Amino acid sequence: MARATQRSEVSGRTAGPPFVMAVPALVFFAVFALVPLGGVVVLSFMEWDGLASPQWAGLAKWEQTLADPVTRRAMWLTFVFTTVSYLFQAPVALLLGVFMAGSQRYRALLSVLYFLPLIFSAAAVGITFQSLLDPNFGLSRAFNSDLLGQNWLGNPDLALFVVVFVVAWCFVPLHSLLYQAGVRQIPAALYEAATLDGAGRLAQFAHITLPQLRYTIITSSTLMLVGSLTYFDLIFVLTGGGPGGATRILPLDMYLNGFRSYDMGQASAVAVILVVVGLALGLMLNRLSGASKMESQQEGL
Amino acid sequence: MKEQKRPNVLGGLAGWLWLLVVIVPIYYIVVTSLRPQQDYYDENPLSLPGNPTLDAYQIVLENEFVRYLTNSVLVTVGAVAVILAVSLMASYYVVRSATRLAKRTLELILLGIAIPLQATIIPVYYLIVQIGLYDTLWALILPSIAFGVPISVLIISNFVRDIPGELFESMRVDGAGEWRILPTLVLPLSRPALMTVGIYQALQVWNGFLFPLVLTQSSGVRVLPLSLWSYQGEFSTNVPAVLAAVTLSVLPILAAYVIGRRQLVSGLTAGFGK
Repeated sequence: MARATQRSEVSGRTAGPPFVMAVPALVFFAVFALVPLGGVVVLSFMEWDGLASPQWAGLAKWEQTLADPVTRRAMWLTFVFTTVSYLFQAPVALLLGVFMAGSQRYRALLSVLYFLPLIFSAAAVGITFQSLLDPNFGLSRAFNSDLLGQNWLGNPDLALFVVVFVVAWCFVPLHSLLYQAGVRQIPAALYEAATLDGAGRLAQFAHITLPQLRYTIITSSTLMLVGSLTYFDLIFVLTGGGPGGATRILPLDMYLNGFRSYDMGQASAVAVILVVVGLALGLMLNRLSGASKMESQQEGL
Repeated sequence: MKEQKRPNVLGGLAGWLWLLVVIVPIYYIVVTSLRPQQDYYDENPLSLPGNPTLDAYQIVLENEFVRYLTNSVLVTVGAVAVILAVSLMASYYVVRSATRLAKRTLELILLGIAIPLQATIIPVYYLIVQIGLYDTLWALILPSIAFGVPISVLIISNFVRDIPGELFESMRVDGAGEWRILPTLVLPLSRPALMTVGIYQALQVWNGFLFPLVLTQSSGVRVLPLSLWSYQGEFSTNVPAVLAAVTLSVLPILAAYVIGRRQLVSGLTAGFGK
């Protein structure tokens, strides 16, 4: 930016392209993204069933939302889902990313296969796992095993963890890809020096790989945490929030309140909570990563 | 990294295990979709089908699959074409204009990256109903464009910034206006970025589920991801047919993956590198 600005000032004659070039993008963005963002705040103070005209309701919807045991449980479930999901995905993605960064031929082939889940739609994944985890005709019969014959998606104690696993199936490839790219940027000299000093593999991983990857870790963590906060499609198809609300995390709570119970006011209040928590989380992690992240990555070299 | 004596046992184990995790469901989709409906209840779910048949595919194709496919293509092509066009223009403006307005414009658009689409769905629904577009393909195209613009402008503007300023100067010296520079200089030189963004956005729109779920209703405007969901209701006991529909819905992207894996992968991670 700075360079471009300077150059135009030097040539000094033209102001550059006209503003009208940005207008189409701005109009789409403003009408269908910015206005709705403001709209959701306004609607959270309204009584609206989705059909008639919205009516002003003051703080009533907020009081109702914050007191609603279903929404409160959804908040707790969102916290559990986000945490467990992170604790599962992050190590797997890191391990796979490091593994994929190796130069052996077969690893390249494995990488090609790892990416396959990325091309499936959430609906396709949800339907597939529903059928695969069917207690009568799914995996349990394939291995004739009672252990696998659980009612995975019908058991309230298991469903959330199954959802975590299926979400990981979809997203681990993306994150291991980030880690693979990160690992490949680590200078080989660091490892050579460490090997000369007699450092073992684990020591190298702990003292070179992990610290060198810290910015990749922060990027990937932000995406995972903020992502699982707003995750809707797959869980909706897989469990619909059930059984008995066991997988009803906030985005599902919002949808079900709005488009099943026709209480758009409460649904909007839940949406506002989602936006605020998401932004706070994103900003916090961004702060953690520091402002000058690109320069400091090669520190000490 | 290359010449380590001891192999990475843990990584290797995780690698092969995850391969299994990835492959088993995909293998299951394919073998089940090739099974006759009766055999689904009798055969081992992971065995190769004893009497492989394309019946399930025939059922799906006879049940409006082509219409849903067409709808998906229309929505994806329409949205992506507009996203690319408006984002390229906006990127050219914010990069090459030295005004404060250009800076503000960029800041405003980039703010959009932080807006979660899910959280705005209720006002978007209200808006679409109010302007009379509910249950049309436009209801899917317009919001998809809006949510595609921020990340596209981020990627394309980073690319346009690297076009040497001398090229612009020499075109101006030749008397070319901004509207001529855009198609003759900016467009061809930004092709790689447009490719990446196009692929990323196409996947987003193609696989999108929430907009179709909330903003459409009738089967005439149903797109593929939603059709999978409704096939599941229609065919309930015919699991092979449902999974045949899943297979058919993935095929177009699989074809793209096979042809242009590199572009697809860079497109997929486009929003995330940084």
